[in-house]
Amino acid sequence: MVSFTLNGRPVAIEAEPDTPLLWIIREHLKLTGTKYGCGAGLCGACTVHVNGEAVRACQTGVFRAEGAEVVTIEGLSPDASHPLQKAWIAEQAPQCGYCQSGQIMKAAELLASNPTPSRDEIVAHMDGNICRCGTYNRIIAAIQRASREG
Amino acid sequence: MTQLTSNGPEISRRNLLAGAGGLSFCLALGAPGLALMPASSAAAGRRMSAWVTIAPDETVTILSAGAEMGQGSMTSLPLIIAEEMDADWAKVRVEWAPADAETYGYTSRGRKSMAIVGSRAVRSYFGDLRVAGAQVRKVLLENAARKWGVAAAGLRTEPGAVLDPGSGRRLSYGEIAGFGKVPDVLPSVDESELKPRSAFRLIGRSVPRVDIPAKVDGSAQFAIDVQLPGMVYATTRHSPVHNGAPESWNQSEIKAMPGIVGTVALDNGVAVVADSFERVLAARDALKVMWKKGAKAEGFDSEPQLLDTYYKVHGDPGAQAETLDSKGDVEAAFAGAAKTYRADYRSDLGYHAQMEPLNAVARFNAAGDHVEVWDGSQSPDRSRAGVAKALGMTLGQVTLHQCYMGGGFGRRSLGDYAAEAALIARDVGRPVKLIWTREEDVAHGMFRPQSFQCMEAARDGDGNVVGWRHCVVGDGKGLLTSGIKIPYYGIPNQHIERRGVSHGMRLKHWRAVGHVFNVFAIESFADELAADAGMDPVEFRFRHMAPTPKARRVFEAAVRMSDWNAKRREGRAVGISLTERSGSLGAGVAEISLDRNTGRIRVHKVWIAVDGGLIVQPDAARANVESGVAYGLSSVLRERITVRGGAVEQSNFHDYPVLRMSDHPEELVVEFVDGEGPPTGIGEIGNPMVAGAVANAFHALTGRRLRYMPFTPERVLEVLKT
Repeated sequence: MVSFTLNGRPVAIEAEPDTPLLWIIREHLKLTGTKYGCGAGLCGACTVHVNGEAVRACQTGVFRAEGAEVVTIEGLSPDASHPLQKAWIAEQAPQCGYCQSGQIMKAAELLASNPTPSRDEIVAHMDGNICRCGTYNRIIAAIQRASREG
Repeated sequence: MTQLTSNGPEISRRNLLAGAGGLSFCLALGAPGLALMPASSAAAGRRMSAWVTIAPDETVTILSAGAEMGQGSMTSLPLIIAEEMDADWAKVRVEWAPADAETYGYTSRGRKSMAIVGSRAVRSYFGDLRVAGAQVRKVLLENAARKWGVAAAGLRTEPGAVLDPGSGRRLSYGEIAGFGKVPDVLPSVDESELKPRSAFRLIGRSVPRVDIPAKVDGSAQFAIDVQLPGMVYATTRHSPVHNGAPESWNQSEIKAMPGIVGTVALDNGVAVVADSFERVLAARDALKVMWKKGAKAEGFDSEPQLLDTYYKVHGDPGAQAETLDSKGDVEAAFAGAAKTYRADYRSDLGYHAQMEPLNAVARFNAAGDHVEVWDGSQSPDRSRAGVAKALGMTLGQVTLHQCYMGGGFGRRSLGDYAAEAALIARDVGRPVKLIWTREEDVAHGMFRPQSFQCMEAARDGDGNVVGWRHCVVGDGKGLLTSGIKIPYYGIPNQHIERRGVSHGMRLKHWRAVGHVFNVFAIESFADELAADAGMDPVEFRFRHMAPTPKARRVFEAAVRMSDWNAKRREGRAVGISLTERSGSLGAGVAEISLDRNTGRIRVHKVWIAVDGGLIVQPDAARANVESGVAYGLSSVLRERITVRGGAVEQSNFHDYPVLRMSDHPEELVVEFVDGEGPPTGIGEIGNPMVAGAVANAFHALTGRRLRYMPFTPERVLEVLKT
């Protein structure tokens, strides 16, 4: 039994300890906003926060969540009101949208520690997250907007 | 704000007017506009959803027949109807149209289709949907006229309401829905009755895409997100050698693993099924399959074929050749030329790498005579038909639930994986979610073919290009030939041909497919001719290749946007390329630099001018072109699939690297040249021009030619050594 907090709510789950957190979140707990892209820590589509740190859920054994606070895209804000979510809409950033939960969670980690990142800092921080639709410049613009408009 | 619901209410055909439900336009798309459903489908008792429904609470529900993979069709298509019916866009809700091409498809080459491929959505539906919207508006006007006892001709509409200018009376669409009637046969609409462009309120003005809010909070439903009670999980191991078949596998060992439901034989592989996805993955790792010998692809090694065999096929006078375009007297043009040229180009196989690995969910009813499939599909009608065929069932026994697609790029226009999910669900007697791993998605991919291209040109004494030969060699038939013709250059003598080979590999459409390598060859070769003539490449085309006025316009726009003649920063250079795709023309300029130690090309700025006719949604169209550039750049700089013994050598993003943020141009500017014509394709106009623009910039920078795509650092270093 592994127990942790998911988007502010306590959860307890019966699972092998090394089961990737990704499958626990998506298929056991049915929060499907976190995506499977590569299963190898290469694309960032499964990015979630564990105690505030952006991690790849496909590479994170659920045992590592024991006692931790896990936040997914569904828990980033109660009503899509996080500055990044608003900025993502304002910049019309998503295309297919599949990578965007991971992009937003990765960006949220950046703004939490660096509220006014430079363009280079944004690129360095976000470079592990693939967007196959190539929305990179709109993602940068959205992060800058969220930084500006808070 | 509009919203999406994934399952629209199904209403029988005769239910044209439901007292409580408002006005429902339950009709099929004819040509032009909406018409009664074909009698054949009515006789078949098919149920259908109302294309347009107006509720007394003013809500207007419009179906979108356009699959959504990020290109914005589910906004643009309903918006075209909303425009002509003068709906209040704030009151519009969008729902998916059922997977039924007879009712919801556009007509292409005499056949109905819902395939959102080849940049077709807006350009294929535009005319019919405008007429459909105007028909709905006419019905609303007639109902108001009857109510007021006046002639409909004297009435007009504003968004969401009919007005009587004479008396100042007003009826909202919702009010009309409360009492109105939809006639059995809709009034016809003449093209002259459609809005002039100057009257558009929605077309040409960007509205927020309806799918975006659900894509920032995790609520957008992709097929991979579907959860059903009692559902089990499946994944597959397909034959590494393409089109190979399983002979035997360690079934009892797999079945002894925890949570395993079973294994299922497929045509080209084996599926494992378990009660959780992590258990399925463990079983896949443990699965050992003996494959039958003799698949045709066994003998296929991609590199020697591309480097050597294709070259020989081109030189073989006995090889079969298909003439794709021919005009004038090419032999005479070359015989009488002042100077002739030849250059060969090559390109590797390309993988779609859509972010959402292929997957589908399938569930049978208790009787086993009906199946529901959840699939994010570019061709829901075709996927549905494919499921029916695989199961030996009728179309009526298959319901396909359309989902958002985590990327398509041509791969999701064939539901081979959806058919697999249905077969597995039938076999195990449980609802099944099938997910291919990324490794499977790569290994069992369907690729953009590799190509060898021989370009030849003849210039006369005045320097004009009077002869043009283009031969493409490769597998994949029509996949090889898109974009190979050059109607935008007035070269009088041309011979364009394809020489086919066959390897038994799985090949498929890929964003603009043949354009990617054909336009690379065409526009690089034009640049080579210009360089040999010592002329500016744009000036050379204008003076010696007779571009059409439309081509000149996009060239001129790209020259202006990029300040083409400006001196660049030290270590940088620009290149230019034209491309046509799906009726659109575009010209692009790339500004690059090069790390001569590592061979890494960096593209700093890209300017793209597109003549796409009437642009229905400018911001979404711009996003499409931006995406095309990124997709193109990724394939030009990095992406290559190689095959040995019929098996793919790459497996995930570490050895099939795609463009990342740090590779993306800092500046990417897209401009639409004001086109007079109807909308043309936008989704794929951005990528075919990237290769030529980058290769030509590389030549401007180094004096060397890149003739083998992608331009990996290793290839760049090799070229620099020559």
